[in-house]
Amino acid sequence: MTYQASEQSDDPALNPVLSLDNITKTFPGVKALDGVELHLFAGEVTALIGENGAGKSTVVKTLTGIYQPDGGRIVLDGQPVHFPTPQDAADAGVTAIHQETVLFEELTVAENVYIGHAPKNRFGLIDTKAMHAKTAEILKSIGAPIDAGVKLKDLGIASRHLVAIARALSVEARVVIMDEPTAALSQTEIEELYELVDTLKAQGKAILFISHKFDEIFRIADRYTVFRDGQFVGAGNMANVKEAELVQMMVGRAVEQLFPKRHAEVGGEVLKVVGYSHPTEFEDINFTLRRGEILGFYGLVGAGRSEFMQSLIGITRPSKGAVRIDNKVRVIRSPADAIKAGIVYVPEDRGKQGAILDMPIFQNITLPSLHKTSREGFIQLAEEFALAREYTERLDLRAASLDTNVGALSGGNQQKVVIAKWLATQPRVIILDEPTKGIDIGSKAAVHDFMSELAAQGLSVIMVSSEIPEILGMSDRVIVMREGRMVVEVQGDELSPETLVRHAVGIQAKGDAV
Amino acid sequence: MSHLKSREAILFGAILCLLFVVAARFPAFVAPGNLVAVFTDTSPLMILAMGQMAVILTRCIDLSVAANLALTGMVCAMINVAAPDLPVVVILAVSLALGAMLGAINGILVWKLSIPPIVVTLGTMTIFRGIIFLLTDGKWINAHEMSPHFTGFPRSDIFGVPVLGWIAVLVSVVMLVLMARTTLGRSIYAVGGNPHAAIYTGIDVGKTQFAAFVISGMLAGLTGYLWVARYSVAYVDIAGGFELDVVAACVIGGVSIAGGAGTVVGTLLGALFLGVVKNALPVVDISPFWQLAISGAAIIIAVAFNAQSGRSKGRVILKSAEHAQ
Repeated sequence: MTYQASEQSDDPALNPVLSLDNITKTFPGVKALDGVELHLFAGEVTALIGENGAGKSTVVKTLTGIYQPDGGRIVLDGQPVHFPTPQDAADAGVTAIHQETVLFEELTVAENVYIGHAPKNRFGLIDTKAMHAKTAEILKSIGAPIDAGVKLKDLGIASRHLVAIARALSVEARVVIMDEPTAALSQTEIEELYELVDTLKAQGKAILFISHKFDEIFRIADRYTVFRDGQFVGAGNMANVKEAELVQMMVGRAVEQLFPKRHAEVGGEVLKVVGYSHPTEFEDINFTLRRGEILGFYGLVGAGRSEFMQSLIGITRPSKGAVRIDNKVRVIRSPADAIKAGIVYVPEDRGKQGAILDMPIFQNITLPSLHKTSREGFIQLAEEFALAREYTERLDLRAASLDTNVGALSGGNQQKVVIAKWLATQPRVIILDEPTKGIDIGSKAAVHDFMSELAAQGLSVIMVSSEIPEILGMSDRVIVMREGRMVVEVQGDELSPETLVRHAVGIQAKGDAV
Repeated sequence: MSHLKSREAILFGAILCLLFVVAARFPAFVAPGNLVAVFTDTSPLMILAMGQMAVILTRCIDLSVAANLALTGMVCAMINVAAPDLPVVVILAVSLALGAMLGAINGILVWKLSIPPIVVTLGTMTIFRGIIFLLTDGKWINAHEMSPHFTGFPRSDIFGVPVLGWIAVLVSVVMLVLMARTTLGRSIYAVGGNPHAAIYTGIDVGKTQFAAFVISGMLAGLTGYLWVARYSVAYVDIAGGFELDVVAACVIGGVSIAGGAGTVVGTLLGALFLGVVKNALPVVDISPFWQLAISGAAIIIAVAFNAQSGRSKGRVILKSAEHAQ
């Protein structure tokens, strides 16, 4: 599975445009990269694959001049190069579209695209006209129907992504790095992105594509490189590898089953939502949720799933509708009401909406449950600690001390703290919004396992997910939403990828009555 | 956490060093009696810093504390002039209530109208001073107009320490318990640490900020009476510019201007540091301009220190971002 391209060939097409040769990068206490190699070829897409912490982001930062390697060489066209600053990397034609695109809200599309290298007129001032013209040209070349003059804040997330891509292309790019470019995109937008990648390939650019989604890796990559724990594991042609082999290289062991859904006894009705509507985001949502059940919510990005969940827990107010828990009508006007009623929500954006980094672990966990550990208005520290310990043990959270600030924990452990926080409120219903987004396969399995366990213990779970395998693998029932409405509720034999996607995008199946 | 504690140790060490240097040239400075005087002199700053800390922890700032102090102090003095026999307990209650009310005005504007706190409190700062002028036409209320029990209360001595000093101790203990052992204290840290997460956790961010402003206002009002009584004079401009000392005490004490991080003990040490600088330098014949420069340098050093600890935190975030890729 190792390959021989590092030997120089006479045929230029076989020589990499850009290579990393034995690159090492160490952070205090962590060897992020340990003698890795990576080769990118003109007109080809190389997928970089690895679990969290494998060193993928470090490679991107090394290639774009944000980090300086401690050892090894970066080779461009056969010549060793250094990128002391991101500008040097950009000048050499290496450009990246980052995981979280960094753009400027208050600037126009053109200004965003050309910030730092705007065309100048003869007085040395920015040539706005040329800048707009060039931006329009780039946007056209990638088929993005965006006006170069609008401010970024007026664009949706998908359009912003296209702006980020346009920015990457505004320098004379030879190497384009895409770090999880589809993470925030809906299915149709992803298809458009694939077309864009094909266009870039045809233009002879070397593309490094980082993704967790195997289907897209197999769809667009020509080659692969696998890292594990900062080390190079293997590389080769996509044509010669199977999914299971890649997974095994990533994790160093064979992952038997991705979705360990256990059979849970589905009991009586716990939650009933009737006619939930919002003036702009969603309309007429009706469903029931039973004890021990996992109910999936599938839909494209922007279908109104998260908006509905946020309304259900009182972040926003519905215009109509009622919630019954255990056959009692509950009025939920604030998240505090929802917690009291037994509904908790683990948000999608865990960094922003989940943990409080400057607070110790135990205080994070007990935050919504402080009334349980207080007497006469004073928190009983011993009881508080006991409560926190109970749930950290249940989630198998390993930390030196519960007094450690959450900010000092790894991403996976931070997530455990957030989940522990919600379980400590002893909810009836837990809503998990994209529970495995952006986490590696090994951790995904742990999250899925844990969800099954919660359901088995009698908790009712609502899972919002945009990943079809996850929805199909974990849910007892699935509700599909489109443009703020419930389109269909499917279960049992009806559950298939085709059914879900068809309803989510709004295509009638052949033979369906219209 | 341990980081903060080590930082408090450093601050404590700095105060001791300062005392040591001064004592070398002027031993009488560290005589118990003088230390008590320095502590008492710093008490108003400590009390105000306790309230300001709560506000800054919620990602707000209260620039109106000194104006609140002046207005409440003036009202207390006017009440005393009108009813000289009113007991001090009533005056104390009035100062707490009026101060809390002025703080509540700030809080409501921040909570319900979502106006940035710096704008709100800059506005109310000017308004409060203006109201004093309207009430008094710019006239002073002097010592001979005030009754002896009114001016005597903060100065009366218990176990060798004036009541003013004891009130600072009491306020500190109450704040220590409030911040560490009540739901409100936790909410204050949570709101400043991550407002989005706080909302999802069922904490009302605006209401918590409101509560912090009320605390700050209440303590400013209390200090208003104590200040006017101690110096036996009330006029429009008392404690002018003092709000900056209060903010400085918090910052030197390690309260993060970005909210969510800071401790009661640190803040007290920050206030004491400023108090010792202010009282010690004239004794060793250093010009008042140096005082200002030293206070200023202490603020910058403290913020640099914060930025430093923020940077090491940044490394952790970077690492976790890598894990989350």
